[in-house]
Amino acid sequence: MKKKKFNVYPYLLVAPAMLIIMCVVFIPVVNAIGMSFQSYDLRRPKDIAFIGLANYIEIFQDPLFWQSLWKTILWVVFGVGLQFVFGFILALLLNKSFKGRGLVRAVSLIPWVTPGVLIGLMWRWMYDGNYGVLNDIFRKLHLITDNIPFLSQTSTAFPAVVTTIIWQGIPFFALMILAGLQGIPGELYEAADIDGATGIQKLFRITIPSIKNTIMITALLRVIWVANSVDVIFNMTEGGPAYSTQTLSVYIFNKANTLDMGYASAMAIILALVLCTVAIPYLIFTFKEEDN
Amino acid sequence: MRKQSIGKRFLMTYLPLIALLIFILFPFYWTFLTSIKPEAELYGAVTYWPSAVIWDNYKKLFTTTVDFLKAMKNSFIVASITTVVSLTASTLAAYAFSRYRFKGRKFMMALFLSNNMFPTVLLLIPLYSIMRNLKLLYTPWALVLAYTTFTLPFSVWLLNGFFNDLPMSLEEAALVDGCNRRMAFFKIILPILGPSLVATGVYIFMTSWNEYTFAVMFTNNASRTIPVALKSLIGQLGVDWGLLTAGGIITIIPVCIMFFFAQKRLVEGLTAGAVKG
Repeated sequence: MKKKKFNVYPYLLVAPAMLIIMCVVFIPVVNAIGMSFQSYDLRRPKDIAFIGLANYIEIFQDPLFWQSLWKTILWVVFGVGLQFVFGFILALLLNKSFKGRGLVRAVSLIPWVTPGVLIGLMWRWMYDGNYGVLNDIFRKLHLITDNIPFLSQTSTAFPAVVTTIIWQGIPFFALMILAGLQGIPGELYEAADIDGATGIQKLFRITIPSIKNTIMITALLRVIWVANSVDVIFNMTEGGPAYSTQTLSVYIFNKANTLDMGYASAMAIILALVLCTVAIPYLIFTFKEEDN
Repeated sequence: MRKQSIGKRFLMTYLPLIALLIFILFPFYWTFLTSIKPEAELYGAVTYWPSAVIWDNYKKLFTTTVDFLKAMKNSFIVASITTVVSLTASTLAAYAFSRYRFKGRKFMMALFLSNNMFPTVLLLIPLYSIMRNLKLLYTPWALVLAYTTFTLPFSVWLLNGFFNDLPMSLEEAALVDGCNRRMAFFKIILPILGPSLVATGVYIFMTSWNEYTFAVMFTNNASRTIPVALKSLIGQLGVDWGLLTAGGIITIIPVCIMFFFAQKRLVEGLTAGAVKG
């Protein structure tokens, strides 16, 4: 093979984006690792000093950390899992042809463009124990007899916030899967029709295998986003009552708000490491895709 | 293809679609309804249609101590600058990834994709100190930098799909005709990609308009953006839901309008990305 001339052009093109990412992601990450080994409490700036693994040791003995970690797992499994199920159904429906499809498609994706703060507040109002519309609906359907203060009792608060994150995530899944569906050649279905395949067979033999990649990538992205999301929970319950809705990222955010940055950083590093178990398959997957 | 019977079609398409749409849209209906109901009707027996339509909440929104108009202006500035910066950087990068094969290309693409992996809160803490040291804290630039970084991975990915969909022969023809690569890029590729760039821009604008976690830490009373202002409508004595929902409706109208125009392109871009991996 002839040696190609070194071309500086592509590097120049990538440089601006690279520079921004370096400044805003990689330097802070290195910084955060440093902070996690210090007693870095901004309320006591004079006491900032290197303390080795003390933050990490404290975290592993902190029952609230373990509880938050467990909540994070439940939050992601139920949140993303059901987002996927409903998003997939919505995408299949939006891919059919019917009158007014364009409008329905645009309208059903609106939760995606709604700020997390607003989502949290909208749902908080609907869940309201005195004047909330959900209590009214449930009473009219005779599902309950007395109003339930959904967000202020530990047994209902967590399912309530999970329902909200599901609602928020359906459109993104639907959007991505819909895009995947449109890339499937129609001949595949025609051939299956000739062979007399049923709808279910077509779904599992053609549709799902064809959009496997899209599903994988979207699910992995969503897992990371949902695990990191703070705004919805924070604006509904701030992690309460009695920490029952406090995921790890909300716990970190609350700690950062009290300016205990060392402890918060150490927890954030742990969360990042946990998320790496998701990120690594994602990267391997992307590389493999590139090779094909 | 066989035609489905009307009953089956209703059961398989319309019924689930209507159920999902009610679930998705009801919160918006409720928010809007709350914002136009007379206040007495909010705190009593729940009604599903207002006895009278009152626009007071919207007027009040722009006269409260929380300067909502200022917040809208701040959000608009931050989102616009972010859109320009992020769109420029991602267009250049996506063009390089799509049209050149160079050493380190894969590694850099992975780097772009992985930058969404880090917990937002992990970046939040050191960035807060960095921005403070650089005297960028409480200026729009702190948010512009942060949002550009968040939107880069998805934008590069989208644009990469759009570029890959564009036949190479188009540029080759231009090169044969004596254009250089730069001219081909500006004269041929950019005009064709116009709508796709707009769609990507809408995604960036939307994300910056809506972000809260960074905004709440990197802004003060003078520079706060809409999501932060919304949250601060919640007073010490409780929540004025009429006012808050009016603020919510005002917040989502601009992005909804943009999204309506861009969503078709977005799906196309994602399709291109999805097919090619």
